[in-house]
Amino acid sequence: MLHLSDIWFIAIAVLWAGYFVLEGFDFGVGILLPVLGRNNAERRAMINTIGPVWDGNEVWLLTAGGATFAAFPAWYAAMFSAFYLPLLLVLVCLIFRGVAFEYRGKRDSDRWRLGWDSAIFVGSLLPALLWGVAFGNVLHGIPLDAAHNYTGNFFSLLNPYSLLGGVTTLSLFTLNGALFLGLKTTDDLRRRANALAWKIGLVAIVAAAGFLAWTGASYRSPGHVGTGVASVVFAAVAAVTLIGGVLASRLGREGYAFAGVAVAIVTATGSLFTALFPDVLRSSVSPAYTLTVGNASSTAKTLALMTVIACIFLPFVLLYQAWTYWVFRKRISVPGSSSAAPQEVPPLPSSPASGAAGPLAPGDGPPRAEPGTPASNTAAR
Amino acid sequence: MSVLELSRWQFGITTVYHFLFVPITIGLAFLVAGFETAWLRSGDERWLRLTKFYGKLFLINFAMGVVTGIVQEFQFGMNWSAYSRFVGDIFGAPLAVEALLAFFLESTFLGLWIFGWGRLPRRVHAACMWIVAVGTMLSAYFILAANSWMQHPVGYHYNAATHREELTSFVSVLTNPTQLVTFPHTIAGCFLVAGALVAAVALWHLIRRPAGSDVASASAAAAFRSAAKVGLVTVLVAAVFTAITGDVQGKIMTKYQPMKMAAAEALYHTAQPASFSLFTIGSLNGSKEVFAVKLPRLLSFLADGNFGGQVQGIDNIQALYTQTYGPGSYTPIIPVTYWSFRLMIGIGLLAALIAIVALWVLWRSRRAGDPLHINLTGGKRRALLWSVIALPLLPLVANSFGWIFTEMGRQPWLVFGQMKTAAGVSANSAGEVLASVIILTLLYGGLAVIEVGLLLKYAKAGLATEPPPGAPSDEDKPLELVY
Repeated sequence: MLHLSDIWFIAIAVLWAGYFVLEGFDFGVGILLPVLGRNNAERRAMINTIGPVWDGNEVWLLTAGGATFAAFPAWYAAMFSAFYLPLLLVLVCLIFRGVAFEYRGKRDSDRWRLGWDSAIFVGSLLPALLWGVAFGNVLHGIPLDAAHNYTGNFFSLLNPYSLLGGVTTLSLFTLNGALFLGLKTTDDLRRRANALAWKIGLVAIVAAAGFLAWTGASYRSPGHVGTGVASVVFAAVAAVTLIGGVLASRLGREGYAFAGVAVAIVTATGSLFTALFPDVLRSSVSPAYTLTVGNASSTAKTLALMTVIACIFLPFVLLYQAWTYWVFRKRISVPGSSSAAPQEVPPLPSSPASGAAGPLAPGDGPPRAEPGTPASNTAAR
Repeated sequence: MSVLELSRWQFGITTVYHFLFVPITIGLAFLVAGFETAWLRSGDERWLRLTKFYGKLFLINFAMGVVTGIVQEFQFGMNWSAYSRFVGDIFGAPLAVEALLAFFLESTFLGLWIFGWGRLPRRVHAACMWIVAVGTMLSAYFILAANSWMQHPVGYHYNAATHREELTSFVSVLTNPTQLVTFPHTIAGCFLVAGALVAAVALWHLIRRPAGSDVASASAAAAFRSAAKVGLVTVLVAAVFTAITGDVQGKIMTKYQPMKMAAAEALYHTAQPASFSLFTIGSLNGSKEVFAVKLPRLLSFLADGNFGGQVQGIDNIQALYTQTYGPGSYTPIIPVTYWSFRLMIGIGLLAALIAIVALWVLWRSRRAGDPLHINLTGGKRRALLWSVIALPLLPLVANSFGWIFTEMGRQPWLVFGQMKTAAGVSANSAGEVLASVIILTLLYGGLAVIEVGLLLKYAKAGLATEPPPGAPSDEDKPLELVY
């Protein structure tokens, strides 16, 4: 019998999975900015691939946070106060990064852009790493006392299992970012992104396989066979789709590659949450102090209310976010790059023709969709 | 300093800072959407140029509102975990709903608006900004409902066994009488700021006509004139609404939080009728005679709607609360509540006065035969220029004092009558919280400098030179897009 609190445990898992898939690739793009972007034009093109969507992606985090607060106040309170300094770091990163996207192009100076590019790089890299460390610790258990207050310090969070979790999210997100760039750019940048995806893919496969195997071996909730088995199945699917995605990338099937890794991120998140269930935050001091779906949840009234609201509004959110990806489905080319065909460059603003042109309707441009494009939209949802 | 004091300072700093950007976002979203719609309706180029121009200022500001908003959602759990446990059943829902209903709308449709120039049909593009505007309004509604619940808890039941507040009616939470007056008051304050910003930038150009800017051209001047009119009228309408809603709010506040009203006046002894002091020199602790300029019977009217009404004094309410809630002090820090209340009203009024003067100057200048510019010289010009520069800053400061008043006036309660602020704080170490206060303050300070620098740069740059209709703005050139 599924309780409302179980449903909200699943809902929060879904929100985190959505967050990791969506912001995962835009973190990845940020991390690869100094690696793949050899000049300002390339870096600008890379940022523009995520420009219209990164903020919407980040709202998945806010919704996950808000949903945790509403559905499991004790979990929200214990987790956010326990991970105090790491979360402060994440906040600083997200602040710098969010501002950087907006401000980078607002002054014409190399130093200015370099500063914001660094902010985007660090602001993407650290959260990508820290989310994995945080989830590792949720499963591993942290020193929580009887009142569910954290008694450890920053360094208590740095155990090998959790650090491997950090390497896993970092490499998966970077991989997904490379694959996204492969889907959304052209020419040289696209080639280099795909070439790099292969290398990162190998790291991600090793890290994720190690982390998920370790989770399955040591961190499944004892006595919960059903969810334990589900966790193993999720992990297996994650492994298959991840390897499949990396191979597809090697074979030049960009759409399948991105979709594969996206599914791998979702199922890996699913594997962690099913391994955790029915706990929500484990205490390493005593299992009696562990927060569970049962003792951390809100009342049935609040959960029922939230369920109704989510059922009504979440479909709309999914629809219009998907529509955004559809609107911006085209590839972005670096100006002046080798094969940016001249006729595809719109007339300069000064030319008389454009004065009368008016905004282009979506269908106005020559409809030359790239082969991998439709798949990217399916996957990005 | 203790964890409690540090956490309070952090909340105060981050919240006041966050609310510098929020009102601009809310008000400007509507004004920019209005400009774009005016362009669609009239086909008049000037509205498009204004859309682009103020749209840019909007985006510079929006980014800061978004990133500082993340801190707001996280710090309840980080710094106020005991509070979060206690009220999560009720307080968490508006926050979750805010993210689901409002943040997704704002962020997604703003992305479409920024990058959708030339790619979306015009009507759809303008609709995107309207949706962003509605999103900001929804967001304000839910977060203010959460705050109003802390001022005047409704729709809940205290479960003594779990020591938690439990939701009994979400509708009551959303239609809390405190919320129903707080929301319009806050929104009116937002439009006051945004209108002032729009007007100030336009007036500055009309007065200064800076070299190198194209404001000298007839079309740019005409556009800025329109913007100045829209902005100033927005300020005046918003000021009237702010005053009316603030007045109603005062009466609701007197009903549910009489201590806050007494603290607003530093009124120690119950009085009938009660006077309102414009300012006081000397001590506010009620013990000594002080010099004060008083308007007789005004406080009675503010609190009660009746010039002869009785207003409860701090000492009486303190005695009453000691009986009800047990021993302890139930009095906020009086100088803070006293001055923030006055400054909120006074500074807000000053902004409205400047707007009236500016509107008059604008009207006069047209009658004087120059349909475009504002021709003033010497002292008058300087005075108007400085007033115009002060115009958007004043309501921002007034807003901040309003929040400081309402939050400090609630003390010592975190949730009125239910939980004291001291009981809500996390069990973290003072060192951690201190680090967080320092890091966030430095970061916010640095970003403020950058943000203001950018706003000034783009505000001074003026309207773009005759853009082709619908041409994408610089950053989003489709040069980089393959079609």
